[in-house]
Amino acid sequence: MSGTLIIDSGGANLASLQYALERLGVAARVSAEARAIVAADRVVLPGVGSAADAMQRLHAAGLAPVLRQLTQPVLGICLGMQLLFERSAEGDTECLGILPGTVRRLEPSTTRPVPHMGWNRLQGLTDDALLKGLDTEAYFYFVHGYAAPLGAFTRAQTHYGEDFSAVVRQGNFCGVQFHPERSAASGARVLENFLGLT
Amino acid sequence: MRFRDHRVVGDIMTLAQRYRDEGADELVFYDITASPQGRSVDRSWVQRIARVLDIPFCVAGGIRSVADAEAVLNAGAEKISINSPALSDPDLIDALSRRFGAQCVVVGIDSERTAAGHRAFQFTGDPGRTRESGRDVLEWVREVQERGAGEIVLNCMGSDGVRQGYDIEQLQAVRAVCRVPLVASGGAGAIEHFSAAFRDAGVDAALAASVFHDGVIAIGALKQALRSAGIEVRP
Repeated sequence: MSGTLIIDSGGANLASLQYALERLGVAARVSAEARAIVAADRVVLPGVGSAADAMQRLHAAGLAPVLRQLTQPVLGICLGMQLLFERSAEGDTECLGILPGTVRRLEPSTTRPVPHMGWNRLQGLTDDALLKGLDTEAYFYFVHGYAAPLGAFTRAQTHYGEDFSAVVRQGNFCGVQFHPERSAASGARVLENFLGLT
Repeated sequence: MRFRDHRVVGDIMTLAQRYRDEGADELVFYDITASPQGRSVDRSWVQRIARVLDIPFCVAGGIRSVADAEAVLNAGAEKISINSPALSDPDLIDALSRRFGAQCVVVGIDSERTAAGHRAFQFTGDPGRTRESGRDVLEWVREVQERGAGEIVLNCMGSDGVRQGYDIEQLQAVRAVCRVPLVASGGAGAIEHFSAAFRDAGVDAALAASVFHDGVIAIGALKQALRSAGIEVRP
């Protein structure tokens, strides 16, 4: 068993991610089986819904300890990235604890509605393989009501009322707050970069 | 009636790819006859669109249950938009938001001025069945947010299809009570109408159909003009 695997986290909307990989010539499998996940060359952790529900589903499938021990490239997308942190303020949920820190709620204002929904740029891009070929002119599609802190793991950040991590990486664990599968050419580039990690 | 005489504007796959290439930020597919006819959207096209489209898209029309929404989202749509069914069964908003998260639950509101003020209308896809819901628009905007709507599309029916500009005054009133993303709809006829909606009504997005379908406004030129006017948009 090898190839790219998308973890079936139970939420809807795995199709768009699968199609995005398909457009890059990769037929990704969708699975929630620990053995298949461990054996995959690359693992994508998607996530739509709430942190509490997603963690509950991972625990029910016995996947939390499995995910923590993965050594191949792992990409958390949106909520999937937030789950990599210690905690989320969303439902005061204990998450996977792979990255340090707490995911907090974005504060709405009259000029800044929450969820943050729309196209935004990245700042502070680092020289990371995930960001190869991208610059501050590239726009990405964000949909989120919670945001991850900045830290040593931050590879790029975004500003929406406050600064938060948009791209994170610590060893083999990567995460993006935006939806690369819905971010046109710039999103495809990030996915392509991830597929190039070994 | 401005909502009559809907036209077939072309194959949706071709249009979807064309708008994507021209720089559209999001596409909304309205099956406007679904609710009046009491049927759901045919889902096979949603999947075909999702396979080729790499920007977000929303499906509206005939979503009356969590199962309807789930099928559309599983087929690859980013968001679902409900309008008439939300007015008939407001609890549907709560149920969808709980199940899928507020970020993919859009509530569309067809608003028209009546003697009693602006009211939300139902079944506007069928002139024979269009009816006033009895709900005040601002009250409805507040309620749908409490129930978990993650985005509101305000379609000002008086302006729709006539290309005289968005109803800025009404959008401003709705903006004042809207804490989630607000999308202006109905009335776009010129580039200045878009800039006015962003600048004067503070909307998060502007939606248009006929001016793009008819080639009156090119998306690239529109975005360039908005940028020149100091409104940040994705190129």
